Amino acid sequence: MGRKVSLISTVLGAGLLALSTYGTAMADSTLKSIAPPANHPLSEIISGYEFRASETQDLQDDDFENPGYIWVDKGEDLWSEVDGAAGKSCASCHEDASESMKTAGAEFPKWSEKLQKPINLEQKINDCRTENMKADKWKWESEQLLSMTSFVRSQSRGEPVNVQVDGPMAPFFEKGKDLYYQRVGQLDLACSNCHEDNYGNQIRSDLLSQGQTNGFPTYRLKWQKVGSTHRRFKGCMKNVRATPYKVGSDEFVNLELYLGYRGKGLPIESPAVRN
Amino acid sequence: MKGFDVLKLALVATGLAAVFISGASAAETYNAPNIVENTIPKPLAKDAGNAENGRKIVINRKQGNCLACHAISSLDNQPFHGEVGPSLDGVAERYSDAEMRLIVVDPKQVFDGTIMPAFYKKEGLVRVNKKFKDKTILSAQQIEDVIAFLKAQ
Repeated sequence: MGRKVSLISTVLGAGLLALSTYGTAMADSTLKSIAPPANHPLSEIISGYEFRASETQDLQDDDFENPGYIWVDKGEDLWSEVDGAAGKSCASCHEDASESMKTAGAEFPKWSEKLQKPINLEQKINDCRTENMKADKWKWESEQLLSMTSFVRSQSRGEPVNVQVDGPMAPFFEKGKDLYYQRVGQLDLACSNCHEDNYGNQIRSDLLSQGQTNGFPTYRLKWQKVGSTHRRFKGCMKNVRATPYKVGSDEFVNLELYLGYRGKGLPIESPAVRN
Repeated sequence: MKGFDVLKLALVATGLAAVFISGASAAETYNAPNIVENTIPKPLAKDAGNAENGRKIVINRKQGNCLACHAISSLDNQPFHGEVGPSLDGVAERYSDAEMRLIVVDPKQVFDGTIMPAFYKKEGLVRVNKKFKDKTILSAQQIEDVIAFLKAQ
């Protein structure tokens, strides 16, 4: 038998399964979406919020109920806490975060002239600590770094995601894109297989989203705490039985940059609440 | 023995048990399947497939986990059937055993660019976690068990 069994015949043979839901992303989506810019890989850009149950959405929408605010509040305390040999706090230079950090959260990863590569918000916070405050770096996923990242990014809530992808950022953007489409692990899956080709489809008990990052740091019910974008990346890579890159690695920063572009224009929701 | 030591021993024992269970497919040697015109005509294992074992593998999230993507009516008692791939009801009417065997072993040879993982393949994979390095997702016998189950759908 020489013929290649075509995907189409499989679909037609499937019978019981509704054709509209199989193997394609939601075309007739009723979820709230925004229009992508020209030549964008997605035909509609949808926040992970839209894929969650109304109970989870309600939890996010109410600042008093949203458990992510425990970290935001802690970050607010840290903002004006003097630390390091320079005797400074964040507020010493940046003063009122609601003013100075109004758009910052929507613009990372951002170009670092000093390092000649993009750095993300966690890295920028630590850079400020070591360079300007003469304080020690905070460990990735530590309570302090999660809190400060959550606080800073929540100042930009509602601002549209707007990462720079041209100029010096271009080669790093391309590397991030390559990672997005690279199949990895024993399960041999790329980000795109689930989050581009199959968002809106159920994968066992999980409803696949577009894997957008506009809500990070995100309070995950599964984690029972807020977590960073890079922690989430690691989890996905472990799920497909791959060796994850390290948190704070160039690979993950490049991927974060590329995902920023995939979510261009989505409002920052940090701290979001997700499953 | 102090409580702490007992706990440690229990943890080690649990760890070992986990290794033996997850490493089941690694213990046996890998027999490269003989692919003939988009099929694998010969069974991969000596023993005939066992449909009841196949049913368990299809459900098990750490093994076949076929339900992650496919709906199967005979497993309606199981919650959450996926909708990424087609229903497997009547799959044996659409494909011969030899065709199904290749689709489960290495579906990318049949469906170009499919999301479906290869369940009996070790080569050509990237950054495989060391826990799973040089192991197939299912053993040769498990593949045959899954085929036996699929034949009854």
